[in-house]
Amino acid sequence: MNIPEDLKYTNDHEWIKVEGSTGIIGITDFAQGELGDIVFIDIDPDQGEVGSGDTFGTIEAVKTVSDLFAPVSGKLVEVNEKLQDEPQLVNSDPYGDGWIAKFELTNLDELKNLMDAGAYKDQIGQ
Amino acid sequence: MLNEEKSRSAEKKTKFYNIHERLGAKIVDFAGFQMPVQYSSIIAEHKRVRNTVGVFDVSHMGEVFVRGSKALDFVNHITVNDASKLFDGRVQYSAMCYPDGGIVDDLLVYRISDDEFMLVINASNIEKDFNWMKENNKFDAELINESDDYLLLAVQGPDSLKVIQKVCNKNVDLEYYHFMFAKIAGIDMIISRTGYTGELGYELYFKGDEADAEKVWNALFDAGKEFEIEAVGLGARDSLRLEMGFCLYGNDIDKTTNPLEAGLGWITKLKKEDFIGKETLVKVKEEGLSRKLVAMISEERSFPRHGYDITIDGKKIGHITSGTVSPILEKPIALGYVEKEYAVEDTRVNFNIRNKEVPARIIKLPFIKK
Repeated sequence: MNIPEDLKYTNDHEWIKVEGSTGIIGITDFAQGELGDIVFIDIDPDQGEVGSGDTFGTIEAVKTVSDLFAPVSGKLVEVNEKLQDEPQLVNSDPYGDGWIAKFELTNLDELKNLMDAGAYKDQIGQ
Repeated sequence: MLNEEKSRSAEKKTKFYNIHERLGAKIVDFAGFQMPVQYSSIIAEHKRVRNTVGVFDVSHMGEVFVRGSKALDFVNHITVNDASKLFDGRVQYSAMCYPDGGIVDDLLVYRISDDEFMLVINASNIEKDFNWMKENNKFDAELINESDDYLLLAVQGPDSLKVIQKVCNKNVDLEYYHFMFAKIAGIDMIISRTGYTGELGYELYFKGDEADAEKVWNALFDAGKEFEIEAVGLGARDSLRLEMGFCLYGNDIDKTTNPLEAGLGWITKLKKEDFIGKETLVKVKEEGLSRKLVAMISEERSFPRHGYDITIDGKKIGHITSGTVSPILEKPIALGYVEKEYAVEDTRVNFNIRNKEVPARIIKLPFIKK
């Protein structure tokens, strides 16, 4: 199970990579494995600001649909266009080409509430 | 974001369970069994069956044997199709109905001889079906539930015959819905040209323990190596059957649906003498259906799922019973019941997906033309 050290994690099995005030968000290797084949990612690119824990889109796997939650508050600035045609990138490269969205973070303090790799590893029982 | 679905409360395992674990399958509860839902990827396994050959463990299915001089009378009384048309070695798709026309289960009827039939029923219905059979056994036929004794593998795909022939002790020359007795890996079995995928395919019924399961499995996988044979889970089994528009009990048919509205009029022989449900179904046919099961396809990026509404101009006209994104067409496909007047090819409808109206249209089955 791949759990990179340089990312922060949520209880909802999402990761966030912080670069300055920008946060790149995706789902974890564990999550993609549990969901199985991803077929659609549905995110309104014009939704603007979302609060920590708010739903900002949905991810459809063959078996089930799940909500995507904002790990921290921010303004949605970019959606990974590549996933339109190749949603399976979330399965094959969840921390790389399978990233899902970028947010301009509005409250960096909230990052303290997230887990580091070690805590996340414990959570999923690895 | 994950729905917790990993409960392992199911008691039963098939004799292939160790093989599934060894292959790293994702195991889920299904009808009281711990079954493999996928090994690598539902989409990849689906394509494997369409392109070459795949193997499904479907040992959870039930087998009830009907024996005695009144076996045929019993089968004809309890099922809607005409079992008197069968001859030895012939299989028939059929259904059992309640007196009100609702479906108890859909099933396969195998005529082994004039006084022996095998009924193959859905795993989730074994107990209910067997009780129903016993309650309605007015002919005193001998009924034996051998579900726990039988292993069942489905070998499906365009290369399935080549694989089977390599390991079978007899020449396999079966027409669709015919079966024979033969040996594979030294084990006696019924080889039946049936399946749930729309592809050329065979189902192997045999008795045995884990060691026998390994023997048959390994023989098939050795023979199938050149065709890149793979194990296929229940996930792809569902998407394969849906591409063909085959009904799934519990989704598309159940005790609240009758076979006529489910598009199963072709197996419902209303001219047959006495069978359970006949009176109601004759009346339903005379009065006309109120709704019909239809096939729908969408060009949108959406995922129609069981239970979603079907609408026209914001008005609900029906509901989805099965849906997926077809791995072959790469488009959303669904089955669902709509009010009769809308059940016309090319009618524009909407899937109501989380309060979004997603355009779709009604088409003729199957989704995949073979």
